[in-house]
Amino acid sequence: MITLNINGKTHELDVEPEMPLLWVLRDRLELTGTKFGCGVAQCGACTVHIDGEAHRSCSTMVGDVQDREIVTIEGLPKDGPDSKVALAVQAAWQKLDVVQCGYCQSGQIMSAINLLTDNPTPTDDDINASMEGNICRCGTYVRIRHAIHEAAKDLA
Amino acid sequence: MLIQKSQTIAPSRRSFLKGAALSTSVFVLGSFVPLGRFAAAEGEAAAPAAVFDPNMFLRIGSDDSVVVLCKHLEMGQGVSTGLATLVAEELDADWSKVGFDFAPNNPKVYNNLFFGPYIGTGGSTSMANSWTQMRQVGAAARSMFVAAAAKQWNVPASEITVLNGVLAHASGKSARFGELVEVAMQEAVPTAVALKDPKDWKYIGQQLPRLDSKGKTTGTAVFAIDIRRPGMLTAVVARPPQFGGSVGSFDDGAARKVPGVVEVVEVPSGVAVLAKDSWAAMRGREALKISWKADKAETRSTDAIVAEYRDLAKTPGLPAAKKGDAAAGLAGSDSAEAEFLFPYLAHAPMEPMNCVIELTADGAEIWAGSQFQSIDDYAVSQVLGTTPDKIKIHTLLSGGSFGRRANASADWVVEAAQIAKAMKTKAPVHLLWTREDDIKGGFYRPMALHRVKADVKDGRVSGWQHTIVSKSIITGTPFEPMMVKEGVDATTVEGVADTPYAIENFSVEVHNVKTAVPVLWWRSVGHSHTAHVMETTMDELAHKAGADPLAFRLAHLKDGSREAGVLKLAAEKAGWGKEMPKGSGQGIAFHHSFGSYVGMVSEVSMVDGTLKVDKVIAAVDCGIAINPDVIRAQVEGAIGFALSAVLRNRVTLAEGVVEQSNFDDYEPTRIKEMPAVEVHIVKSAEAPTGIGEPGLPPLAPSIGNAVFSATGKRMRSLPFDLGALA
Ligand code: FES
Ligand code: FES
Repeated sequence: MITLNINGKTHELDVEPEMPLLWVLRDRLELTGTKFGCGVAQCGACTVHIDGEAHRSCSTMVGDVQDREIVTIEGLPKDGPDSKVALAVQAAWQKLDVVQCGYCQSGQIMSAINLLTDNPTPTDDDINASMEGNICRCGTYVRIRHAIHEAAKDLA
Repeated sequence: MLIQKSQTIAPSRRSFLKGAALSTSVFVLGSFVPLGRFAAAEGEAAAPAAVFDPNMFLRIGSDDSVVVLCKHLEMGQGVSTGLATLVAEELDADWSKVGFDFAPNNPKVYNNLFFGPYIGTGGSTSMANSWTQMRQVGAAARSMFVAAAAKQWNVPASEITVLNGVLAHASGKSARFGELVEVAMQEAVPTAVALKDPKDWKYIGQQLPRLDSKGKTTGTAVFAIDIRRPGMLTAVVARPPQFGGSVGSFDDGAARKVPGVVEVVEVPSGVAVLAKDSWAAMRGREALKISWKADKAETRSTDAIVAEYRDLAKTPGLPAAKKGDAAAGLAGSDSAEAEFLFPYLAHAPMEPMNCVIELTADGAEIWAGSQFQSIDDYAVSQVLGTTPDKIKIHTLLSGGSFGRRANASADWVVEAAQIAKAMKTKAPVHLLWTREDDIKGGFYRPMALHRVKADVKDGRVSGWQHTIVSKSIITGTPFEPMMVKEGVDATTVEGVADTPYAIENFSVEVHNVKTAVPVLWWRSVGHSHTAHVMETTMDELAHKAGADPLAFRLAHLKDGSREAGVLKLAAEKAGWGKEMPKGSGQGIAFHHSFGSYVGMVSEVSMVDGTLKVDKVIAAVDCGIAINPDVIRAQVEGAIGFALSAVLRNRVTLAEGVVEQSNFDDYEPTRIKEMPAVEVHIVKSAEAPTGIGEPGLPPLAPSIGNAVFSATGKRMRSLPFDLGALA
């Protein structure tokens, strides 16, 4: 039995400890907002927060994160003081219509929240460095950069 | 699904708009039925009490919701927002109430008007083919509401105004669409509608927000990969390591022992492992022992294939275009023949190929990011021994495509159907391709080799001889009669044979190669290589003539043409010809594709021997700009998508085996490489043309020409030989 704390809820799961968190989320818990893009920690589509840090769930074994707080895009706080960064990021994304196909965007947003939580006034270089692991095949990068600045302004 | 139910009702008023600017195979306003009845019959409690459904493209609820049925696949290009904009404009709807659903796969209603009787999205045709049709849908519905209100209020219809979903009369009477649904749907469908004068447009030309933004920023948007059906199994397939290979024999003993694995079946494409979850299926596949047959396979390496291309290019090919006398024009020329080489490229859409299939009593239901529904349903019906009308496709948002999901052989849905057919357990199947399957799986942009000999005399191109070697995309597909003439595939030569440059002595020849490597259209198709050859060569000739590259191009284009327009606009906005710092340069290029015109200036700099693309300034003429922000996004996206093909992407073979496997060795553009982008849109009154693809072709040559300006080195092949710059 593996015990996971996901989006504030405890789940007891009969899975092997080596099973990647991504597939537990998607195939066992039907939390499909977290996406499969590469499976090898190259694209960031599967990004979730573990104890407040962005991690690649495709390359995280569930056995290693049993006593940790896991948050997926579905579990982002929607109100209260903890929700400020997430809501600002999502609002900026919507205001600038960042998305195209949208498939990478859950991961982009999870990484952007992580960046702005650590660094409320990122420069372009900071953004490039911290978002480098998130591929967008549709090439929405111009707007991702812009939206992160927009969210930062909003939070200031 | 209400709308699907309604289609079983025989349309009763098909005559509407006969003879209007529509293909006769389309009826715009056809049947409508009071859908409340079906809601009751289906037990769909959530359905609005009454739904105004004047035709198959629009549902208006008593809650004022306006749902546009989207006949095209939304793969990121913004088509759902675009089609809804056209309907909402003529309907005078309240945009905040507008949404969309994907249309079912009924080709009688939802065909692409440019594709004849087929449903499909591609060739950047979505807005162009729907431009009149969707506005007529909105206008017809509006007039039915107005007629209904006129009767109810006992006033002339001409005195009723409609604004943001509210009908009003000077007497003070007013009503929302939702309040009039019941009566409006009793109105006769008008036999003709007038469309608005462009000066009265409120939505067309504005930056309406995308309808799919919210779902895609909250993790709630549903892609095919997110479909979960009761009892569903995930399938992954072990496919031959070489194209054209097949299964010899296999041992699935170990695979079946992997916890979660339920079944292993052989299908024409390989061996499928079915399991309770994706991870178990992947582990099961790893445990398979398969011996492959390679007698019909492509077993050569890339070098050997290139050598064949080179040999062919030196022999006479099939004529594709001819003007004047190219050889005479080049008599006495000292120009060397230049070679341009382009590799196989994978589309690598972010959402890997996948779909769900569930067999029914007489056919199947499919959930997929289906792009050619009429090909997918036909191909699956062939596998299952039934007819396409028994295959119900639920089209879903797709995580990119770039051409991959529009396949004449419907490879992945066919594979899913073959698995479902071969299984003992008749569970729903989710076929999943991993990223490795995708990169190694073929259907690539064909490898292409161009040889060009061209020269200038007195400031003009004096002769141009051009040979292209490639594998035809179209031959052997249902599109062959339309797109292959005398052995020449239009997609091999587009952008060269039809060049807008006035070149008096011009010849283009083609060689079609045969290989088991499957090829497919990749965003902008032939233009993805032809533009680079044309625009690099024009640049070289300008320099040879001692002319400014912009002026040289303009001298070969018609004055006042749309081609000249975008070149001039891009140049003006970029400050063309301005002083650039040492090690930096500007490059210009232009291309016409999918009915649209794009001019581009790129600015690059060399930093410690490394190429950096700093800025791209684009000018676009795609006719009326239905949504300028979506147009800008498509051009920005095309640049981000194509930059990695300029810098590094290639699929290569070693003894037939693909050498790349995932995003580490087939790496898309990353954010730190993304240049600043400016997109300027030419104001136009022409009907809208494509924008999903046209932003791509001029990118590589504009960067290559900038590299030449910065370093004096020519980048003729893609990806660039960056080592030569270091
Ligand atoms: S799926 Fe995890 S990084 Fe790509
Ligand atoms: S929006 Fe399509 S991959 Fe990023």
